[in-house]
Amino acid sequence: MSGFGAATEGRDELFRFAQYDDAAAEGVAYSNYSYWRSTWRIFTRNRGAMFCLLLLCVLLTFTFIQPFLPGQRSPSAISNNEMGRPLRNLRPNADYWFGTNAIGQDLWARIWSGTRTSMFIGLSVGLWDAFFGVLVGSLWGYVRRLDRWITELYNVVANIPNTIIMMLAAYMLRPAVGTIIFAMCLTGWLPTSRYVRNQVVVIRDREFNLASRCLGTPVRRVITKNLLPQLVSVIMMRMGMAIPLAIGQEVFLTYIGLGLPVSIPSLGNLVNEGRIVMMSPSLRYQLIFPALILSLITVALYVIGNAFADAADPRNHL
Amino acid sequence: MERGCFVIVKYAFSRFLRSLVTLLIVTAAVFFMLRLMPEEGYFAESYDKMTRGQIEAELTRMGLRDPLHVQLSNYLKNTLRGDLGTSNIVRRYVPIVQVIGPKIPYSVGFGLTTIAISLALGIPLGMLMARRKGRLPDSLGSAYVVFVRAVPAAVCFIFLQLYGSSFLKVPMLFSLSRPLSWILPTVCMALGPTANYAMWMRRYMVDELNKDYIKLARAKGMKNSAVMSRHVLRNAFVPMAQLLPASILLTITGSIYVESLFSIPGMGGLLVTAIQRQDNTLVQALVLIFSCVGIVGLFLGDILMAIVDPRIKLEKKGGSR
Repeated sequence: MSGFGAATEGRDELFRFAQYDDAAAEGVAYSNYSYWRSTWRIFTRNRGAMFCLLLLCVLLTFTFIQPFLPGQRSPSAISNNEMGRPLRNLRPNADYWFGTNAIGQDLWARIWSGTRTSMFIGLSVGLWDAFFGVLVGSLWGYVRRLDRWITELYNVVANIPNTIIMMLAAYMLRPAVGTIIFAMCLTGWLPTSRYVRNQVVVIRDREFNLASRCLGTPVRRVITKNLLPQLVSVIMMRMGMAIPLAIGQEVFLTYIGLGLPVSIPSLGNLVNEGRIVMMSPSLRYQLIFPALILSLITVALYVIGNAFADAADPRNHL
Repeated sequence: MERGCFVIVKYAFSRFLRSLVTLLIVTAAVFFMLRLMPEEGYFAESYDKMTRGQIEAELTRMGLRDPLHVQLSNYLKNTLRGDLGTSNIVRRYVPIVQVIGPKIPYSVGFGLTTIAISLALGIPLGMLMARRKGRLPDSLGSAYVVFVRAVPAAVCFIFLQLYGSSFLKVPMLFSLSRPLSWILPTVCMALGPTANYAMWMRRYMVDELNKDYIKLARAKGMKNSAVMSRHVLRNAFVPMAQLLPASILLTITGSIYVESLFSIPGMGGLLVTAIQRQDNTLVQALVLIFSCVGIVGLFLGDILMAIVDPRIKLEKKGGSR
């Protein structure tokens, strides 16, 4: 019994009763949580994704400053030797780092110019997918009257293989950068809008939305302020897939003869030119270099998109 | 049980009607879009040499100068009778049914083989990845999935064709008499769907493993293998059924590129040829066939899911969810 008493005495010294404090009762909890800062912190923890981001930044920066560097050739100029003959199929050397192609154009200049074209196509399609997919998806999920109509429309279009729609559109239009982007934009937003719609349906009836509706907040404001921040993760994942997909589709369209004219270098054109000469092992560099650059870009984008989607998901914060 | 059957039949019927409407819309859309194409697509190389009058006469003979609604109804009637028109460029004056007929076995054969192989490999791979989550098999499998999904197929297949054929010591192109040359096209076509199945199987199983009833089963002292086979797998298979139709679409898409790349005399390769040579009627017929396959595939997939999903059989009380 005496031991027990000693323990209580000890506890008196360790713990003291708190006094009622008026100021503390009125105090407001403060958290320095910021969504974007938190997202970025989690993203930087992913080493592989950070490496990909660095790689992509270096590649893209280089692509855009390359034409202004000294000693660069024009991607469409045909190089001639002293005799006035074109330097055809020159293997990579000190002068022509990536060699020359079948008609004597500098592959190094063509690859960077092609990367610009392909990135432009990919980014345009990706941004349109995100914008239009989110627009349709949030209306589809949020406005109940539209639900039936858009679902029916989606069911019709989703039954047809996307590639067929894209091929048909590209077949009907004259090949140019604009028409290729248009053909890809026709179907790309469909999966995005479905993902967004499913997310919106989940979030729509949460309490904070109910409160906003009761207070008479307009639909537009509810969508932009309450819903979209919750969708960043889904959107980023789709963008990370849509851009590589568009770059790949450009290669496919070029292969079936619906791509850009040869006068506009693009990664699709270059891969296709390389594929034509791939049977002779000494010319394979013409296929390998553009394919390598293209794969680096698409893999980096895919990994970044996935890692960012993980980091942007509020459930992964804290 | 009786009631469950009835629900499924009713669902199948309404789903079938919807497929039919979709098919009609697609047919009309393809028809109108191809009317916008340049007229060269109905003539072979002789177009430049013909006079305006000859061209008009020929177009009238083909019925292309009739009013649009007459053309559409003729087209629909002919299609219903199984007459898809005649090819004008790829094989001049040959009925399209005869052009396509001999190509169907190749496409169907490769398509079904691809789906079978990707199911047989993808699902076990996904199961292995989920069981060894965070360890070597999981990271290797994930690397494979990222690779297949991130590197464009258009680039990946060229290298498979180039180095695979020299590795297997087979000719690059398909030839019917050498079964070894069938391997590479099948591998190419199965690559994407396999990665898809593995990825989703892993995701569904991991989701299922994190649920409370699994913890309870473990706490009861159930063996790991029993938990896996009795609970996790059975529940993870339901959403997998949903993927089957999508993979049919994926296989169709893959077949267009792969068949053309390996010169397989199938329908996908033919579509590429028809587009390159601008044979309007052939493009129209093939697009219609591919859309049909897609529509039928999704229809069957939805019915399959209705049968597999246990929740539908529980609806004995009637009424919708």
